[in-house]
Amino acid sequence: MLKLVTLVAQRLGLGLLVLFAVSLIIFLGVELLPGDLCQEIQGQGATKETVAACRKELGLDLPPHTRYLSWLAGIAQGDFGVSLANQREISELIGVRLSNTLFLALVAAAISVPLALTLGILAALYRNTIYDRMVNVVTLTSISTPEFFVAYILILFFSVKFGWFPSLSNVSPDTEFWDRVYRVILPATTLTLVVVAHMMRMTRASIINLLASPYIEMANLKGMSRSHIILHHALPNAWAPIVNVIVINLAYLIVGVVVVEVVFVYPGLGQLIVDSVQKRDIPVVQACSLIFAATYVLLNLTADILSIITNPRLLHPR
Amino acid sequence: MSDSVDTTVEQTADALPPPPRQRGLSVAWRELKKAPLSAKFGLLVIVGYVFVALFAPVLTPYGESEIVGSEFEPWGGPFVLGTDNLGRDMLTRLIYGARNTIGIAFVTTCLAFLIGGVAGILAAALAGWVDQALSRLVDVLMAIPALIFSLLLLTIFGTSIPTLIVIIAVLDSTRVFRLARAVSLNVVVMDFVEAARLRGEGIGWITIREVLPNIMPPLVAEFGLRFCFVFLTIAALSFLGLGIQPPTADWGSMVRDNATLITYGDVTPLLPAGAIALLTVGVNFVVDWFLHKTSGLRDEK
Repeated sequence: MLKLVTLVAQRLGLGLLVLFAVSLIIFLGVELLPGDLCQEIQGQGATKETVAACRKELGLDLPPHTRYLSWLAGIAQGDFGVSLANQREISELIGVRLSNTLFLALVAAAISVPLALTLGILAALYRNTIYDRMVNVVTLTSISTPEFFVAYILILFFSVKFGWFPSLSNVSPDTEFWDRVYRVILPATTLTLVVVAHMMRMTRASIINLLASPYIEMANLKGMSRSHIILHHALPNAWAPIVNVIVINLAYLIVGVVVVEVVFVYPGLGQLIVDSVQKRDIPVVQACSLIFAATYVLLNLTADILSIITNPRLLHPR
Repeated sequence: MSDSVDTTVEQTADALPPPPRQRGLSVAWRELKKAPLSAKFGLLVIVGYVFVALFAPVLTPYGESEIVGSEFEPWGGPFVLGTDNLGRDMLTRLIYGARNTIGIAFVTTCLAFLIGGVAGILAAALAGWVDQALSRLVDVLMAIPALIFSLLLLTIFGTSIPTLIVIIAVLDSTRVFRLARAVSLNVVVMDFVEAARLRGEGIGWITIREVLPNIMPPLVAEFGLRFCFVFLTIAALSFLGLGIQPPTADWGSMVRDNATLITYGDVTPLLPAGAIALLTVGVNFVVDWFLHKTSGLRDEK
């Protein structure tokens, strides 16, 4: 048990270190900006005095390490600074959008995870049959398809031709829950179609890997029933890879939302970051990338830790 | 089906003495004839795209960004696939799009392989602190999702084709680095590398003449996969309006510009998106087959 705790603690420490490094990169990246942020904001007509005043106001005259620390301290208290484009508090801009994005990702995950696991396990059990080959070709195709292609095909059929779902997923904070679900069906389906393929290929591969190991063959030769082998011999060892597959793809979902949100004009974080990149609103881009990156790092960390604590060899040490 | 034929052929080939060395071309041709249908289809697609990309000016009726009619003209008549949101010929833009989009993605992938491959082999060959420093750097870079990172970098450096190529190549080289390092680690411990070291060969010689030829097959397969990934990333960025900028014809931004047509039930905006999908599917099919051929990875047995 002690070994388990040390391993988990190690991973947690490493994860925090990575988070720290990520924040440093995001901060330093902006330092590399050719020219001056204030010059950038005020454009051609800026005089020396106004640029200097602006630098003072944004605190750009302070040395970088002081600014980094105060930026980090601000974020720890939920203060991301103000947007350059409209002078609003960034935390205010982000709040609702973050929950919208998480909602979309959750709906997509609720559809895609059970679907992918079922399909993946079936493909592994019935491998080399027509079903498996078809699944292989179909998933290979859907992995290589851009999200917006899937999205527009769905819009063409389900909202233009049949008129079942809206093509714009505009939700506001006071949209009812079921209405909200109805509006995000198309974007969630798009995300599902994109992730399922990857998730089920990984599930299939890890199960096949497992079924090829000697102890499964041993169980087979002893004449155990197929269901007993799968439930009692294979599954305990399969949890780690399967959990890994799920969490990694959830992390992918968080990023995949960017394009999908733009297609469906969904008011989420992805859309905010794209808009801000176009306006070169650097503090907002910084804040959004930090949130996306932190979620990504945390999910990957969760995958690591879950695969450690579900590992039977570590749970029952000799 | 075809796999069972494959294995029997190989088994008999194993039993016989090795055949006289044949010329590469005829071997490749025989392998190709045995290839599964999906791989043949993929090759056909790739050859078709390359042909269209190379001969774009000959194949197109109009100039790349020449305005030839009014906006959103229907299919048929002088414009086979109608016109786009500015009245440019859709077919012409599609063909030039092949040239620009594939060309830029190809250059980016090559650059990513140059950076990642060299760094990976060096990390494996030099070991010690070089390996540690490079590996930790890559770990941190990979902790940030690539699309988000490129959005951040594009905000900082602005959107132009050279910055786009460099940014995506650097971010993508992290994956190449990991693979190149992993496969070279198995090679650098071999006797012939040790022999070269004792001979006093420099690190350049060891990298290029000793290690590189031995790690080619996985790198080639990875090149195909990376190309698809880069191609999709650039298409996504262009679609978001942050990649290849107008008036350069490019499939991602063409989808974006003409997306409004979808709401009238017109499939024109799907054409460039479909063109992207078809190429990546083709490349993936070929890579899949190539991996099966070279790695001996057959879970069928």
